[in-house]
Amino acid sequence: MSLAHRIIPCLDTDGSRVVKGVNFVGLRDAGDPATLAARYNSEGADELIVLDIAAARDRRPTFLETIQKVAAELAIPLSAGGGIRSLEDARSVIRAGADKVTVNTAAVERPALLSELSAEFGAQAVVLAIDAKFMEDHWDVMVRGGRDSAAMDAVSWARTGVARGAGEILVTSVDRDGTQRGFDIPLTVAITAAVNVPVIASGGAKLPEHFAEVFQQGRADAALAASIFHDGVQSIRGLKEFLRAQKVEVRYPC
Amino acid sequence: MNVTLLDYGAGNVVSVQRALRRLDVESERATTPAQIAAASVLVLPGVGHYAALIRALDEQSLRTPLLDKINSGTPFLGICLGLQALFESSEEARDLPGLQLIPGSVTMLPASGKLPHMGWNTITPRCESRLLEGISQNDYFYFAHSYAVAMSAGGNADDVVATCHHAAEFIAILEHDNIFGVQFHPEKSGASGARLLANFLRLAA
Repeated sequence: MSLAHRIIPCLDTDGSRVVKGVNFVGLRDAGDPATLAARYNSEGADELIVLDIAAARDRRPTFLETIQKVAAELAIPLSAGGGIRSLEDARSVIRAGADKVTVNTAAVERPALLSELSAEFGAQAVVLAIDAKFMEDHWDVMVRGGRDSAAMDAVSWARTGVARGAGEILVTSVDRDGTQRGFDIPLTVAITAAVNVPVIASGGAKLPEHFAEVFQQGRADAALAASIFHDGVQSIRGLKEFLRAQKVEVRYPC
Repeated sequence: MNVTLLDYGAGNVVSVQRALRRLDVESERATTPAQIAAASVLVLPGVGHYAALIRALDEQSLRTPLLDKINSGTPFLGICLGLQALFESSEEARDLPGLQLIPGSVTMLPASGKLPHMGWNTITPRCESRLLEGISQNDYFYFAHSYAVAMSAGGNADDVVATCHHAAEFIAILEHDNIFGVQFHPEKSGASGARLLANFLRLAA
């Protein structure tokens, strides 16, 4: 046996409530973070990510409270992110109960942030989130919630990020996000081939087949989804039963 | 029962505290030699860099009271770095001696596997284990580390009750009299982790 492929529900929050929407437009309320966390913990999620997609400075204490409430419900690992720009920001998130911090735009603007976080908390606690969009012959790194191009190659940024101290890459396909057409397999393959740290694939999941595909063809170590779990379209247990039948190693029973 | 958690500043003390509370066991954090000396059950929940843990033990003068306590038979559980600290040394910080309670040293896992070794893995029991009562070979535990004590590194193999494999075979669980150590994070390992913690608490009672 070897490492199980992880299924990771993601809670996008406005600081205090889970929200959903395509490309950050028309956000709708999708529930209480702690309630959803408790449900996923008991349904067999392997890990949870909670993000503050608004990342407004003045609402920071609210988000830290949300992390505390979510962590209190979990006997599985928790990553938290959104607006982490400094060691101090990361420390407050870890103190609130997160096991890992997820950084995105701030690391693009100042890659040394990754080394600082890794030196303080260890590489296993540093997740580099990359939003990638296909441009003719490569994937561009997108920042500020997937809106602006950073004019950087996503694959080489993944390599740089790992060299700087990231212990895990969370790669989201901006092209597939919200489409429910399945994960971006070529992007996932390109990233997993480029780095020797675990890779979490994100963006586009709907069917159980999409997960089997991203693990078997994309060689992802973990796969992330949000609304299909929140809405009950897909149960985590059912998904794991499907994957096990497809000979994908998962933690089951859980 | 009251469990004393050695708090050297790592992030997961709260997680362990919560995991114990779910088992109806209260715990308190110890940061001073006096608090360690007063402990009846000790847990060292390490996470992060080996050097941070060893330096904190020495700077806060916790090494001697901790060793006295363990040597006098107080039940001790080391988690992740807390297990690694029991050995003589670590490749992660060669100049900082470990607690030297168990022979052997900590090395980096081979890069032929992805590092960190992060996620849920199964373990292989080698003999009867007090910590593994009620836990099957199909149960998963959550690991998050790049360093470990390789089985090939020698040491006293009799102390190793379970191993894990990720590019190399390494110690997953160690039991030596009153000393217990786990390379994974039981506080993050769902129901199987809770069962293991409950087993430790029963042994410590």
